[in-house]
Amino acid sequence: MSRTRTERLVNLVICLLSTRRFLTAAQIAATVPGYEHNAAEPREHEAFQRKFERDKAELRDLGVPLETGTTSAFDTEPGYRIARRDYALPDVHLEPDETAAVGIAARLWQHAGLAAAATSGLLKLRAAGIDVDLQSTLGVEPVVTVDPAFGPLQAAARERQEVAFAYRTPEDDAAQPRRLQPWGVVSWRGRWYVVGHDLDRGATRSFRLSRVTGPVRTVGPSGAYAPPPDADLMSHVARWSGPVEHPNRATVLVRPGRAAGVRRFAEEVTPGPDGDLVVLSYSDPDGFARWVVRYGADVVVVAPEEVRKATMARLRDLVEVHEGHGAPAGMLA
Amino acid sequence: MSTAVSRGGGERLGRLLNLVPYLLARPGILVAEAADDLGVTERQLREDLELLWVCGLPGYGPGDLIDMAFDGDRVTITYDAGIDRPLRLTQDEALALVVALRLLAQVPGVQNREAIERALAKIESAAGDAAADLPVAVRMPGAGAERIAELQGAVQRRHALQMTYYTATRDEVTDRVVDPMRVVLVGGFAYLEAWCRRAEAVRLFRADRIDSLTELDEPSAPPPDARPGDMSTGVFTPSEELPLVTLRIGRWARWITEYYPCERVVEESPECWLVSLRASDLTWARRLVLSLGSEVTVVAPAELAEAVRVEARAALAAYE
Repeated sequence: MSRTRTERLVNLVICLLSTRRFLTAAQIAATVPGYEHNAAEPREHEAFQRKFERDKAELRDLGVPLETGTTSAFDTEPGYRIARRDYALPDVHLEPDETAAVGIAARLWQHAGLAAAATSGLLKLRAAGIDVDLQSTLGVEPVVTVDPAFGPLQAAARERQEVAFAYRTPEDDAAQPRRLQPWGVVSWRGRWYVVGHDLDRGATRSFRLSRVTGPVRTVGPSGAYAPPPDADLMSHVARWSGPVEHPNRATVLVRPGRAAGVRRFAEEVTPGPDGDLVVLSYSDPDGFARWVVRYGADVVVVAPEEVRKATMARLRDLVEVHEGHGAPAGMLA
Repeated sequence: MSTAVSRGGGERLGRLLNLVPYLLARPGILVAEAADDLGVTERQLREDLELLWVCGLPGYGPGDLIDMAFDGDRVTITYDAGIDRPLRLTQDEALALVVALRLLAQVPGVQNREAIERALAKIESAAGDAAADLPVAVRMPGAGAERIAELQGAVQRRHALQMTYYTATRDEVTDRVVDPMRVVLVGGFAYLEAWCRRAEAVRLFRADRIDSLTELDEPSAPPPDARPGDMSTGVFTPSEELPLVTLRIGRWARWITEYYPCERVVEESPECWLVSLRASDLTWARRLVLSLGSEVTVVAPAELAEAVRVEARAALAAYE
């Protein structure tokens, strides 16, 4: 932006903040430096109108609350003003420990757009007289990243606007078109999800943001639906989060000095001539077998029989699949 | 983000509107200090001040324009022309600050949680409509809070730690002394970032793989050139020096393409994907392949294919 335009816009903001009456475009042109033109000359007048439209858009982009209206019933043309109470950041008083928290929060974002937004937000707090110490630390910091779909989905949820997007789980052979009334966006275990009413399934669904492929499109008007007032977004994502029970015990023989990953979970260890007998807890035999076969011949299941069988079955599959399935020549470039 | 924070030139305008209240709150501030605080060069700040000097209220006479007094390298606003307050937070600014504070308040074992929550309430209130009904909820798993608190304590007290650590890639447990730098939470896991005296390098230690921990009286002393890593793309950045492993996988092993950073995924057919990823250790790759069962075959390297074959046969032989 040119220096003259910046100057004109600063003056426009000051002018509209200082007026109680709504000022028409003509009044503004006659007042604020940079808008001088001959209104009787159609081409000049059009140029002014274009310039003024661009300037209004610029101010709105910046978040300046431009109010439109008329001061009295006799005014035929709407005018503009900026209400101070809508413009100004309200008074904020932060204690030193609160200031430190805000400073830390502002630098958690690894996402460029939100990092910039956090920084400019912080600058406004500074302008409100708060001295934010950027050196303070809590000793522990979440690294906050978001998927590209985060911005559009949270905005749509806020506007209550329907969205359409392509979605693909790893098991899908192709992305599926989905239509959703988003209620909100949720972060759970470091991943982002959107929760809402799935218009194709006619039910509440959650979608992992990293699986949204391509852009999120908004469909139809804002305010198109109302989320259920008692909607607990988190419960739709975190509902399987209860602790896993491990009520059963298995005994395995672990070669001396091997399979550290198994020994870490040992409940009992009895050294023997062929290795250590290790007792572990488990919930289901297949899950346990899947875990234990990764250690190959270093870990042999002794008991119970259901775990032995499950493990042997997996090992037979493994031997069958890997026998003769080397790297066929010419498969790799 | 869908809504741009600023479209190019708007940046300076926003800065100028912010500058007057900023200076108003700090009469006699050093120009250099203000520039540093606002993230601009001193020259840029002086140019901003020159521009503001010719702006003001309609009339634009001497008493209407923004005015300031210079005293050496210090500046004081003497007339603000009505821009005495910063602009409200935009939706994006409110979102960025509020969501980050909510996340911070959720960190298991965090100290000063109460201060974070107070700050959150105040920022939400100051943001007004911009933060009202923000449709963003966050929760972090509460498990491991005690361990995180211990690690955090060591970071703050600047003490070295002796620990027993399980390295999953090599399937081994080792004792080591580390100089803690910070605790980070990435993708649902907590990590201690520290200078490892054994590896003589900055390392990340996943909190749930620290089997035991002793805080030493000895001070934590990472070398001055030890720098925290860049976490923006996750904790594991595959290096080209690591062996490249190529697997052919079935549908129910496709989750590995989402879980591990993959260098190449070729969808040969619905039943068969060709996946290449870097393995920090071939024995780790062997354990991965064995755990995936009949959904996976090894394409390359040949030594991995052979290791898997030998191991599976030997393991089965132990039962027969």
